[in-house]
Amino acid sequence: MKVIDTVAGRHSGSRADSGLLEALHGLQAEHGYVPRQEAMALSRRLSVPLARIFEVLTFYSYFRLEEPGRITLSVCDGTSCHLQEGPVLLNALQELLGIKPGEATADGAYQLNVVRCLGCCSCSPVLMVDDKVYSHVEPTDLPRIMKKHPPIVNKESNDDAHSTA
Amino acid sequence: MPTPLHSEAREEERERQAGFACRVFCCAGTACLSAEGEAVWESLIDARATHGLKDKVDLVRTGCMGLCSKGPLVRVEMADVAPCLYGPVSAMFARLIMTEHVAPALARGDEFIRPEFLASQALPSDLAFFAQQKRVVLSRIDRADPERITDALAHGAYVALAGALEKQPQALIDELQASGLRGRGGGGYPTGQKWANAAGTEADRRFVICNGDEGDPGAYVDRSILEGDPHAVLEGMLLSGYAVGASHGYVYVRAEYELAVRRVRCAIEQAREQGLLGDAVMGSDFAFDCKVFTAAGAFVCGEETALIASIEGQRGTPRPRPPYPSECGLWGCPTVISNVETLANVPRIIEQSAAWFRSIGTADSPGTKVFSMAGRARLAGLVEVPMGTKLSTVVDSLGGGTKTGRPVRAVQIGGLSGGLVPAEQLDTTLSYEAMSELGSIVGSGGMIVLDDNDDLLDLARFFLQYAVEESCGRCAACRIGTHQLLNLATKIREEGATDDDLVLAERLSETMQATSLCGLGKAAPRTLMSFLRNWSDLVPRKETSTGGDA
Ligand SMILES: Cc1cc2nc3c(=O)[nH]c(=O)nc-3n(C[C@H](O)[C@H](O)[C@H](O)COP(=O)(O)O)c2cc1C
Ligand code: SF4
Ligand code: FES
Repeated sequence: MKVIDTVAGRHSGSRADSGLLEALHGLQAEHGYVPRQEAMALSRRLSVPLARIFEVLTFYSYFRLEEPGRITLSVCDGTSCHLQEGPVLLNALQELLGIKPGEATADGAYQLNVVRCLGCCSCSPVLMVDDKVYSHVEPTDLPRIMKKHPPIVNKESNDDAHSTA
Repeated sequence: MPTPLHSEAREEERERQAGFACRVFCCAGTACLSAEGEAVWESLIDARATHGLKDKVDLVRTGCMGLCSKGPLVRVEMADVAPCLYGPVSAMFARLIMTEHVAPALARGDEFIRPEFLASQALPSDLAFFAQQKRVVLSRIDRADPERITDALAHGAYVALAGALEKQPQALIDELQASGLRGRGGGGYPTGQKWANAAGTEADRRFVICNGDEGDPGAYVDRSILEGDPHAVLEGMLLSGYAVGASHGYVYVRAEYELAVRRVRCAIEQAREQGLLGDAVMGSDFAFDCKVFTAAGAFVCGEETALIASIEGQRGTPRPRPPYPSECGLWGCPTVISNVETLANVPRIIEQSAAWFRSIGTADSPGTKVFSMAGRARLAGLVEVPMGTKLSTVVDSLGGGTKTGRPVRAVQIGGLSGGLVPAEQLDTTLSYEAMSELGSIVGSGGMIVLDDNDDLLDLARFFLQYAVEESCGRCAACRIGTHQLLNLATKIREEGATDDDLVLAERLSETMQATSLCGLGKAAPRTLMSFLRNWSDLVPRKETSTGGDA
């Protein structure tokens, strides 16, 4: 059987646009990551085995399986930024936050990521904070930028504690 | 062919602009926005209000004006005066433009003389960066508001579509085939041929996909077009759809391109409101609609069959071709998948004719190509030049050499799939035929200028690291070969190369070239190999020969 048929037949029904990726994008937009609980619910709703959902989830680097820090700092390590002090910027951020790429600070305030090219290569090095892009960023600019994105405190924790109150 | 829709839009724009004695354009591309462009825009609005010029001065946000390294950019246009481009503009300087240029110029007319301190921040009007470009795809990007469809319509968007709907689909296919347009996504396959294949394949449903995955690190052509002129891309998709008989389209965009996603969504909504998308496109019996599909961060999904798999909700793993997507694509239906820039070319060709298109560029590579220049280029940004332009013209004349003042050592072109062009070969022309002779490709348009301080071996390692991370793992040659080449490159950099190392690199690269399923594995060794072959004097060598037999 062709690859195409397996999926087309399985969970699209006849609708060409009922893609799994869209559902996962939706979950990540809502929670900041794809919680296992939600993946299981999705598996029931679409009648797709959980294993297949995880097979897809783990393939794409955009999807996260763990709760990230509340503010995401993405340092570009694309060709242009790599050549022009991108690694220096990354080091400075690592020192400032005391974490490595892919990690969140202990208080859950900041998430540090490395990304490949934000399409802003004429202005390297580039840093993206959540959806906001900053260009020509020097380590000395970091305090000013961080000030614009103060840690979000007291954001309601997801559920457990109050869910039964 | 202008329609009532166009006359209305033109009328509306004319009325809107009638009272304005001056128009100030502010770049709202990602690069300018990242450099405080938002504050510049707010400052312009504020200063305009302060001077009570709300009825006299039109403020327009446009797509990328091109000279990103000098951003944020602001352009002032007035009747009888040559337009003036400022950059880089700070929020405070934006206020000065309004106070010291726009306001007094409006008050004093001819007698206005621009103060010296303003002139020093203006970019020369005859800058080669702009003067030597040929703007076909980018013709509207720096003058129309990408978030206002009437502006796009007044600038000629959807005129080609209106004319096309009066013709038979076959006539469009013929025109496109005659134009010789080749895909700008890397492969260079003739787009008209894809249309003919898709139209000629028996099917109930067909699809059109715009490939906006732009994964090559260092390229931002597609991003800029999607952000700056999304209607050109939508019109290209509509024309493809009409030609091949498709009624659905997907615009596949990287999730990291947040602004592009937003602008395309906005354009789709506005096009629906105007009846340009929907059950009866422009009142005809052609039905077409499209939607944005956000990618999820896998470089290999730029490859067409992997991209299709990901829309279908699968892992983005390429599959062998044939069958090509134009015969068996999305959900098994014939699918025309084209790059963003390719699609933006289509309306121009349909409107102006294949012969006109062929009058630009070379015989085998007609038209223009957009490049995104970065790295050490003095003037970095988006440039569009006729195919067949010498690489040195782009790097030296348009780009102004290096900002470090050091000699150019090489130009990395086409990202991961391309290669390094040594300084001695910069008089090569940018065309599919000439670049492939060099063992490189025109590619997606990324162009990274490198000077003699740049570590080419480190760059080669960088690409290999990228390939290791992005290989989908399907083929052994790619999965293992990328790792081995990375280790080898690291070893050469740290310990120096033995003769055996060089032989091994050649062998690995040949195997990967020969047995990888998709372009990722085939191209991954290119940058390393072009370094080893072209810069043998720079390859660190291990002193003590191990004397092994290779
Ligand atoms: C690993 C890999 C990545 C690719 N990435 C892109 C991309 O980001 N954008 C693109 O348009 N084409 C990309 N391509 C080429 C596509 O497979 C396809 O040829 C192209 O989208 C067809 O459009 P065109 O004919 O307009 O060039 C990639 C190919 C490979 C092998
Ligand atoms: S060449 Fe590499 S990326 Fe392409 S299909 Fe094979 S393993 Fe996957
Ligand atoms: S290389 Fe950093 S934005 Fe492209």
